[in-house]
Amino acid sequence: MGPKVISLIVNGRLHHVALAPNVTLLEALRELGYMDVKNGCEKGDCGACAVLLNGLAVNSCLALAWQADGAEIITCAGLGTTEHPHPLQTAFADLGAIQCGYCTPGMIIAAKALLDHNPQPTEEEIREAISGNLCRCTGYGQIVDAVTAAAQMLRHAEGRAPG
Amino acid sequence: MTVRVEPLPHVDLPPLRQVGKPVRRVDVLAKAAGATVYAGDFTLPNMLHARVLRSPHPSAAILRIDVSRARALPGVACVLTAADLPNARLATDIPGQTGQRKRAGSDAQVLAAEVVRFAGEAVALVAAETNALAEQALSLIAVDYEPLPGVFDPFEALKPGAPIVNAPDNVVARWKIRKGDLARGMDEAVTVVENTFRVPFVDHAYIETESGVAWVDERDVINIRVSTQVIEHFRSIAAAVGVPHNKLRVQAAMVGGGFGGKEDITVEIFLGLLAKATRRPVRLVYTREESLLAHSKRHPMVITHRTGVTRGGRITAAEINIVADSGAYPYLSPYVLLYATVVATGPYRIDNVHVDSVVVATNNPFTSAFRGFGAPQACFAHEQQMDECAAAVGMDPLDFRCRNYLRPGDFNATGQEMKGAIWLEETAARALAALGEKTTPAELLEWFRARGDRTRLTADAIRSVRVGQGLASYMQSYGRITWLHDTSQAWVGVELDGSVVIRCGAPDLGGGQMSSLCQIAAEVLGVSLARVSIHAADSAMTPLAGTTTATRQLYMSGNAVLKAAGEVRKTLLQRASYHFEVPAAELDLAEGVVFVKAEPAQQLALAELIAVCAAEGLHLSNLALFTGPFTDRLDPENLSGPVFPDFTFGAQAVEAAVDAETGEVFVLKSVACHDVGRAINPAAVDGQIQGASVQGLGYALMEDFIVEQGVARTPTLTEYLIPTAGDFPTTQAIILESGAGLGPFGAKGIGEPALTPAAPAAANAVANALGARIHALPITPWRVLAAGGLHTSDV
Repeated sequence: MGPKVISLIVNGRLHHVALAPNVTLLEALRELGYMDVKNGCEKGDCGACAVLLNGLAVNSCLALAWQADGAEIITCAGLGTTEHPHPLQTAFADLGAIQCGYCTPGMIIAAKALLDHNPQPTEEEIREAISGNLCRCTGYGQIVDAVTAAAQMLRHAEGRAPG
Repeated sequence: MTVRVEPLPHVDLPPLRQVGKPVRRVDVLAKAAGATVYAGDFTLPNMLHARVLRSPHPSAAILRIDVSRARALPGVACVLTAADLPNARLATDIPGQTGQRKRAGSDAQVLAAEVVRFAGEAVALVAAETNALAEQALSLIAVDYEPLPGVFDPFEALKPGAPIVNAPDNVVARWKIRKGDLARGMDEAVTVVENTFRVPFVDHAYIETESGVAWVDERDVINIRVSTQVIEHFRSIAAAVGVPHNKLRVQAAMVGGGFGGKEDITVEIFLGLLAKATRRPVRLVYTREESLLAHSKRHPMVITHRTGVTRGGRITAAEINIVADSGAYPYLSPYVLLYATVVATGPYRIDNVHVDSVVVATNNPFTSAFRGFGAPQACFAHEQQMDECAAAVGMDPLDFRCRNYLRPGDFNATGQEMKGAIWLEETAARALAALGEKTTPAELLEWFRARGDRTRLTADAIRSVRVGQGLASYMQSYGRITWLHDTSQAWVGVELDGSVVIRCGAPDLGGGQMSSLCQIAAEVLGVSLARVSIHAADSAMTPLAGTTTATRQLYMSGNAVLKAAGEVRKTLLQRASYHFEVPAAELDLAEGVVFVKAEPAQQLALAELIAVCAAEGLHLSNLALFTGPFTDRLDPENLSGPVFPDFTFGAQAVEAAVDAETGEVFVLKSVACHDVGRAINPAAVDGQIQGASVQGLGYALMEDFIVEQGVARTPTLTEYLIPTAGDFPTTQAIILESGAGLGPFGAKGIGEPALTPAAPAAANAVANALGARIHALPITPWRVLAAGGLHTSDV
C-alpha cells in the first residue's frame, strides 16, 4: 500500500501530509516538528511520546498516523508556553517535578488526561494514571505533588469562572 | 524500637539571600513547556541519518566484511568499517582529563577490526538520506564471523587457560589495602562473621537514549551537538577522527538523564566520523534496544567480608575480597573498583584491614560508571555485614554502628584522616526515628486496601506478611580522585543593563547543575536569579569545567563560579567605594543595587555602577580556575593515603512488608537523611535524594540486566524493569547542613551518595522481616522463597 494524504490537527494547526501506512503517529509528529513528543522506546514501555488523541492520552509510538486521520491531537507544547504556561506546567516547574525533563511532556499529558475526568484525584489515583510513564530522575514523589497542586489550581480557576 | 535523637552540634551558617532557597530552577519551565531542544531533536538542512551495525556474537573473529551492496543502495551516502579508520582507537580509562597516564591495553575499538569482544560491539556505520534507508543498508552488509570461545564469568576468566579477552591477561586492575595487623585484629575478636554478597548488571535506563547531530562548518570545524556528560571527549574524538583538537567542537545539549551511562563516548565518535566523511549534517539516535546493547552497565561484583568483632561490639578486623566484571573493555573499571575498594569497610573505624580487589575482563557487556561508581555495591555488602555482626554479638543494629562509626580524627581504610563534620549517628538516628514504629497489622490492611490490592483484604490474608525495618549508613566521596588533579573553570561577567552572564563548560544532566551555578552568581553579585543567564557545556565557547561525573560539578564548578563572581564583585565594590566615599567593606550588593550597609538608603543601581565602570575601562568579567587538592598516585599494592577530596555521610531507613507465601516485597516507608553541607537549592536536593532512593530501591528489588553467555536476555524496557510510579512510596528526605563541605558555602555533593544506602537498607528490612538474609540482588520473590519464606515453621 502506498502513501495516503491524511489530515492531522495538532495543537490547533491543520496539517495535510502524505504518509505510508506503517508510519507511526510518533514519527509523523516529530517529522512535522513537534519535538516535544519524545521517543523513549518505540514500544509503549515508557510513555515519553504520550499525546492527547481526541482527548485521550495515547502512546503515539503505538498508534499509526493513519489511525489519527482527522483527529485532534494535543501535545505538551499545545497546553501552554513558557510565557503562558498551563497550571500543570507551572506546578511541575515549581515543585521539583522536573529534573532531566525528558519524560516531562508525556508525564504532563498523562496528568492532563487524568485531571480532565478526575479533577480531585487521590495520590493512588495519580500514581496509577502516570504508571505508564517512566521517569528515571525524580522517583515520582514530586510529580505526584505537582499534579496534586495543579489540580487544586485548576479547581480554583474553575470555581472563579463565570457561570 | 525507640531511637534517641541527640540535638545537632551548633553550626554557624552565614545568612544568604539567594542560596539556600527552594527556587524554581532556571531550566525547568522550558522543559515543562516542551520547549527544550534535546540532542536528538536538532535538525539541519540536508541532514543524513546514521545507523550502526553491531555484532550479534559475544566473541568472534571477523573473517570478511562486504559493504558493496550497502554502498550501492540509492540514498546511502556513506558506509564505514574499521578498514576506513586506520587510527581510530579510543582510550577508555580516563575521560576528560589531559596529560594523564593511560593504562596499557585499555583502548577500545571504534569499529571492530579483526575480532568482536561483546555482543553489541559496533562493526560498521551507515549514513543515508532517511533512517529507513540506513536500516535497509545495514541489512545489506555481509559480515562473516567465526565464533571464538568466550569467557562470561570473572572467576572463570581468572583461571589458567581461560580465553584472553584483551592481551596480556584478563586482569584489568587490582587494588590492595593493608592496614594494621589483620591476624592480630582477628585474634582480638570473639567472633568472626563471614558473608558473601552478589550484585548483578544493571542499566542506567535514562529515558533519552544516546543521540546527537554533527556537521562541518565553514571553518572546517566538526561540530557535534550531543547528549553527553563529558564535552572534553572532544580530544579523543579529534584524535580518532584524525583532526587537530581545535577543529572539533562538542556541545552538550540538555541531557535527558545520564547517571554515568553518558560518561563514556557514545554516538559522538560515530557522528564525527560520518560528518567528516560526508561533509553533510548527520544525526544518530540510538533505539532503546541499541542503547541497552551499546552502553555500559553497573559492575556485577562478588564481595566477601570476614569481620572480627569483640563481645562489646567493637570491630577489630576486616578482610574483604572483591571480584568485579569489567566486560569486554576496561573503560572506567579500574576507578570504579578503586571507589569500591576505598569504601569497602564502610564509614567505620577499623584498625586492621585487608582489602583485595580485582576487576576482570569477560565477553560480557562492558561495565563502567553508574551513579555511585562502585560505592553502592560496597555499601550493599558492608551494611548487611554490619547487621550480621550486630546480630552475632546480640546488639541492636544502630547501637552496633554507633560503637564503630568513624569520628573526626580517625583514619579511614586508606589512612586518610577524617576531618570536619562526620554526621553518621546524627543521620542514622534521624532516619530511623522518622521511620517510626513498625506498621501494625491493622495499618497494613489499610495500606493494601488503599493500594487497591484485592487479595489482601482480611487479617487472614495477611497472615503470611511480615514487616521489617532496616538501616544503612554510608560514606561516599564527592569530587574526583585527587591524583587525577581535577580543575574547573568558569567565566562570570556583568552586562550594561545589570544582568549577569556565566560561561562554564559543565553539562547539565538534569540535576540542576546550571541552575545552582546561576544561584551562586546571583548571591555574590546581588541580583535576582532571573537576571542571571548561563551558557554551558561547549568545548569551543565555554571555559572547560571538567566532567559532570563524580558528584563534582557543584563542588568544582560551583567554586569556580564563586571565585569568578567574587572578582567581579570586588571590582564593582571598589569603584562604588569612590562613589560613596566609604571603604568597599562597608558596601553590599543586593536586589540589583549597591548600597552602604549602615545606611541602605545610600544606594546606586547596579546598571549605573556598571556603566561607570565600563566608561572607565574597568574589567567587568573574570575567568577563574578552581583546583581540587592534588596528591600523588598511591601504590596499588597498598593504598595508603588520601584518594578523595572529601566525603558525604548519611543514612537511609526502610520499612518493608514481605509476603512469605508469595515472596513479594512491598516498601511501606522510606526515610533518607544526609548531611549535604549546605543545600544550595533545597528543592533540588530533595529531588536528588528522592530520585536516587527510587533508583536504589529498584536496584534492591527489581532491576536485573540478565546476560547469558554474553547475550542480553533483557533487551528492552519490557524485560528490563525499572520502578514506575506505582512501585515505591516517596522517600522522605531529611536534609542536614553541617556547612562542612568543600563546595561553595560549605556544600558537599549529594547526587551519587543519595543512591548508595537505599539497597542495603531495603535488604536489611527484608532480612529483619523474614528472619533470613538474602545475599544477592535483586531481592526477587523467588529469592525470598528460597531464603526460607515458605519453609519457616509459622507459615
